[in-house]
Amino acid sequence: MKPGYEQIYKRPETLLPKRMHYCPGCFHSTIHKIIMEIVEEWDIQDKVIGVCPVGCSVFAYDYLDIDMQEAAHGRAAAVATGIKRMLPDKIVFSYQGDGDLAAIGTAETIHACNRGENFTFIFINNGIYGMTGGQMAPTTLEGQKTTTSPYGREPATTGMPIKMSELVSQLISVAYVERVSCNTPANTRKAKRAIEKAFKIQMKGLGTTFIEVVSNCPSNWKCTPEESLEWIKEKALPYFPLGVFKEPAKEEVE
Amino acid sequence: MLQEMIFAGFGGQGVLSMGTLLAYAAMKEGKEVSWMPSYGPEMRGGTANCMVNISDEPISSPIVSEYDVAVVLNQPSLKKFESRVKKDGILIWESTHIKEPPTRKDITVIPLPAVEKATNDLKNVKVMNMLLLGALVKLKNTVKKESLMIALKDTLPRRHHHLIPLNEQAINLGMSLV
Amino acid sequence: MAETRFMKGNEALGEAAIRAGLQGYFGYPITPQSEVVEYLALQEPNHNYVLIQAESELAAVNMVYGAAAAGARVMTTTSSPGFSLMQEGISYIACSELPCVFANIVRGGPGLGTIQPSQSDYFQATKGGGHGDYHLIVLGPNSVQETVDHIYLAFELADKYRSPVMLLSDGAIGQMMEKVVLPDPIEYKPDKPWATTGKTPDRERNIITSLFIQAEIMEQRNLKLQEKFKKITENEVRYEEYKLDDVEYIIVSFGLCSRISKKVVDQARESGIKMGLFRPITLWPFPTKPIEELASINSVKCFISVEMNAGQMVEDVKLSVNGKKPVYFYGRTGGIVPTPDEIINHIKENLL
Repeated sequence: MKPGYEQIYKRPETLLPKRMHYCPGCFHSTIHKIIMEIVEEWDIQDKVIGVCPVGCSVFAYDYLDIDMQEAAHGRAAAVATGIKRMLPDKIVFSYQGDGDLAAIGTAETIHACNRGENFTFIFINNGIYGMTGGQMAPTTLEGQKTTTSPYGREPATTGMPIKMSELVSQLISVAYVERVSCNTPANTRKAKRAIEKAFKIQMKGLGTTFIEVVSNCPSNWKCTPEESLEWIKEKALPYFPLGVFKEPAKEEVE
Repeated sequence: MLQEMIFAGFGGQGVLSMGTLLAYAAMKEGKEVSWMPSYGPEMRGGTANCMVNISDEPISSPIVSEYDVAVVLNQPSLKKFESRVKKDGILIWESTHIKEPPTRKDITVIPLPAVEKATNDLKNVKVMNMLLLGALVKLKNTVKKESLMIALKDTLPRRHHHLIPLNEQAINLGMSLV
Repeated sequence: MAETRFMKGNEALGEAAIRAGLQGYFGYPITPQSEVVEYLALQEPNHNYVLIQAESELAAVNMVYGAAAAGARVMTTTSSPGFSLMQEGISYIACSELPCVFANIVRGGPGLGTIQPSQSDYFQATKGGGHGDYHLIVLGPNSVQETVDHIYLAFELADKYRSPVMLLSDGAIGQMMEKVVLPDPIEYKPDKPWATTGKTPDRERNIITSLFIQAEIMEQRNLKLQEKFKKITENEVRYEEYKLDDVEYIIVSFGLCSRISKKVVDQARESGIKMGLFRPITLWPFPTKPIEELASINSVKCFISVEMNAGQMVEDVKLSVNGKKPVYFYGRTGGIVPTPDEIINHIKENLL
């Protein structure tokens, strides 16, 4: 580095130097990065175990340089439960999409939360099934077009988008629930702080931690990455408001 | 010597515990034992039964079609199992409640008014099953009485240990009636 | 500290697992298996294992997946409908090569069926059960004692082959009480360098997955599994022979049925019929060779597979006999246990 220059940004070394398979503009790569920044900054590579879902991030273990397990579709919460109960001193997280966490795996999600399983859900909510080619998700917005709701989601027959953060925050054993996004640099920083806080609460053993990230899918939303940011701001966030739904008292966390 | 037995009656009459006690006592005497209950919906208010096999050799089938001894405590069980007692076998039946007696002539039939005796002589109808067990043990020499007492002590929860003397009385009474 | 007790099959199963070094149990109540969960729940404060009553068998099997991949000695137990629900997870576990133990206390099916004992899950247990090409090592205990012994063996084989192992038991063995000698407890020290326990600087990261999206790589994984199954087939076949010298009629039966068949053999011998029993103890790998050898004996007239189902193991018997001798079947379904008398009558009326 030239004298007088200071490196203020770099790829964390815990994020393997590979070209990711994610589409341009997709938040997955951003979220992977902020998780791995925390792992590097906290020097906890030997303490973290992650669980991959089925969905676009099924290959997350290709990029994250930590021990990982691949779960069956929807079962990440049960798998994470098994890991954390056997290795209570480790930091365990599941990384799940909306189809995984809020459709096929709803029972596992709710019951892991209800038991207060002491791991962190990182819930990527982009309102669509990405990997299988853009089908309707439980979180698809009213009127939103997908390949299985080609005329727009019809609440009369498909219900309204499920609000998981609001739902799980009702459960007594859940310690911390926050909804974040990565649609602006400021929000990305907030997202990182939320995951840090979740890990901290997990290390304290205070209960289930649940971070929902309102995310995007330019490819299946059939728009540009910029337009996807606009969609999040205009359509998604009014229905899925950002913020903390539940948290422990400050003195408990510190 | 292999003895194949069945205990049958209503759920709650203590047929399963009779079988358990006998099998446990036999095990304590070094015998091979198996205890096979009827389980499931039958347990809930209907009939219950258990098959008990006791032998000096390892037991092949825990489920058999015919019995050396049947102890029956209600009419449906008598109807079901009378025909399944082996020729020259023993059928002990509770004669206070069962109104239609068995009819076979090729087996030894022992009527025992266990309910009446337990109610009148021991003031506790619940131990009528022990009366029947006492009678069985007397007739078949399956186990020693002392072994039954050990079985009672080992299998009854501690909080019920004060009932052991009453159970012993019932066993003695049963033994004296046959 | 081996000790003799008078125990129910299901409770003995739980006790055996504790003594074999159980670290995690994940289960869901279902008749006629629930006593296993209940027993383990009762004993939990005295031991170091984790017990979770899961929200479903689906969740239970995936907790097993996570815990086994974290390196622990883990088990789940269920009965038929629950075992069907677990098939998804078992397929993933088989492909990811995770050591763990299953017990299916079989009840009569199909559907919700009955809660009475049955052997109608033989196909499901021995032919894979879930999707894809795989086998579990399947043990068929026929007594409370063997249930205990097989739990020890199952954990040992699971670790030896990095493979799921199951006990195919049934409601009767689960519910009956017998004398049982409980072996000494094991102090279990897992040695699983592949487990996800947190990446340390001295090794590459460990990944547990059953996803190999390129066909060529997936084929390699399959070949590796097949190689393992071959090794298991060569080394782990177990069976019992009863009165097979000079035999003419061979009953083949497993589990509870083999106990009943033993009595049939004794009764037949008393009336001068040269009958014997061949009992597969490992249902997978199936004892094909010993049966084939028996079929080659001149004096042997036929085989009769006796099962508590509509005829499942009989297919493996036929494959083993390979046309050398006739193979017949007798069975009862729906939770009905055949009695020795009806079996012997059937044989006398139809086969002699």
